Amino acid sequence: MAHADSAARRERAARMHVNLGRRHRNERFIGAALFLCSAVSILTTAGIVAVLLYESSSFFRRVSVVEFLTGRQWTPMFTDQAFGVLPLLTGSVLIAIGAALVALPIGLAAAIYLSEYAQDPVRKVLKPLLEILAGIPTVVYGFFALTFVTPIIRSIWPGAEVYNALSASIVVGIMIIPMVSSLSEDAMSAVPRSLREGAYALGATKYEVATRTVVPAALSGIVASFILAVSRAIGETMIVTIAAGGQANLTLNPLRSVQTMTAYIAQTATGELAHGTVEYQTIFAVGLALFAITLGMNIISIFVLKRFREVYE
Amino acid sequence: MTNGRSPSAAPILQGVPPLQPAPEGDGRHQAVQRDASRFDSRLGPRARMGTVFHLVCLLATLVGIVALGALLYDVIATGSGRLTWAFLNGFPSRFAARAGMKPALIGSLWTLGLTAVIAFPLGVGTAIWLEEYAPASRLRTIVEANIANLAGVPSIVYGMLGLAVFVRYFAMGRSILAGALTLALLILPVIIIASQEAIKAVPNSIRLGAYALGSTRWEAVRHHVLPLALPGILTGTILALSRAIGEAAPLIVVGALAFVPFVPGSPMDPFTVVPIQVFNWVSRPQAEFRELAAAASIVLLVLLLSMNAVAIVLRNRFSRRNQQ
Repeated sequence: MAHADSAARRERAARMHVNLGRRHRNERFIGAALFLCSAVSILTTAGIVAVLLYESSSFFRRVSVVEFLTGRQWTPMFTDQAFGVLPLLTGSVLIAIGAALVALPIGLAAAIYLSEYAQDPVRKVLKPLLEILAGIPTVVYGFFALTFVTPIIRSIWPGAEVYNALSASIVVGIMIIPMVSSLSEDAMSAVPRSLREGAYALGATKYEVATRTVVPAALSGIVASFILAVSRAIGETMIVTIAAGGQANLTLNPLRSVQTMTAYIAQTATGELAHGTVEYQTIFAVGLALFAITLGMNIISIFVLKRFREVYE
Repeated sequence: MTNGRSPSAAPILQGVPPLQPAPEGDGRHQAVQRDASRFDSRLGPRARMGTVFHLVCLLATLVGIVALGALLYDVIATGSGRLTWAFLNGFPSRFAARAGMKPALIGSLWTLGLTAVIAFPLGVGTAIWLEEYAPASRLRTIVEANIANLAGVPSIVYGMLGLAVFVRYFAMGRSILAGALTLALLILPVIIIASQEAIKAVPNSIRLGAYALGSTRWEAVRHHVLPLALPGILTGTILALSRAIGEAAPLIVVGALAFVPFVPGSPMDPFTVVPIQVFNWVSRPQAEFRELAAAASIVLLVLLLSMNAVAIVLRNRFSRRNQQ
């Protein structure tokens, strides 16, 4: 019995030794497979850049870059074609400014409230409620803008158009509130208690601690959240497509209808989009401009976060 | 500004000449004394300012929540009357009274399922590579920076990638598969970042224990790290998928159709999804179609809510297990 036992053990041990080789081969294979997964995200970025450059290159053979960037008319569908991106760009900027005016003060104040004032039970209710806003589909926001906010605006300013920039930018602003409040609150929560207590010891009130100690100490995170939120507002598509209209007007009047870069892409792509047509090429040219702007803003926000971060342990 | 409070400062200033009109440039003592005698903590106004600020911040927090309430009220009040079985089970129609959202609902479920199947292994694989395999090298830094940037790319740009690569180059046409691949790339960064967090939260002693017993790296990951990280990974994945189910913009560009009078039966079929159906209905001027859009929005919100509920249950189980 004991003999059989030890024989079995020897056999197992021998098999184990053989297995080790196989396990190491497995290991290399798995390492390679996992790396390939990571390569997909690199390929995605490369793919986006390549597709945008390649597809818009035929557009830029027809229209000069200068004409594209400085032209004040955008009428690719008319017989009298003009390819100046400025109306779309101002449309996007107008929406983003409006959204920022709504979201930055409200988001920052909400972050201060959640981080500095709210008692724990209150915070645990308010914070998830606020974050629900970030999860609402953008088409539903678009519906809300068109059927709820627009009528209110038109009752205040009867001259406002049915599709107007103000309604869309207010609702885009509401959508990005949780982005500002969550990221800013994270930054404020990371400010160590000792800083607050130092300020209290010098006789500061809670308001002074919040605005003159905590906010400056968390400023890099707050600014980064602002930039990310505005970049999200520029990239937002469905709300502006539904509520801001489809006319590429070069205007800064928020009561008029504007077309943003994203809305142009969406509205053009809704129809049959044949490859090689001007419409097909223009959406990639506009997409390239959009991608460049949002990428630039994201890089700036990462830079701000790294460069100006106050490091506490 | 000098007022009745100045005598209280006097004892501190013993040994300093009393406040007199002094000649120019009479030294620091007098400056200090003058400042101290004028010191007023202004506690009253400061406290009032604090109260006002507290209220302002509270109101700002409530603005978001009131907006949420208004949105839900608007959608439910407009759409609940249209929410019937015939609507859920019907096909789109030119006539609002007969229109239904069955093709969109089935299309959304198809897209969601395929997106999950594609994005989950890729996302978790990338997270494992980053957290467990990648040497602390330049390559890893580049991959991580790249993922952070991808998370900020507007969703419609992913749609253009999908249109050029999947629909045209790989000739998938305007199919569910092309849409699902596009959405998978879109939510990949979210899944990767959530999975990384979950894997990071597994204590290192568990890995060391597995290595001490002779595990290879993959065995330690497969049998010990992943099971512990799984609830966190699943929570992140569900939240990412709940973003995918609400997306319309990239699928519009990929070419999901607005009018689909049939139920898609395979990944290569043309399709529509609920958000695109909502967009189509809300774009029509007639009030009846707006009501349909609201009803379909309610269905979408219910779907989202149930996905989030699953995620919350998973997260709670996760945090309880970690406390043990």
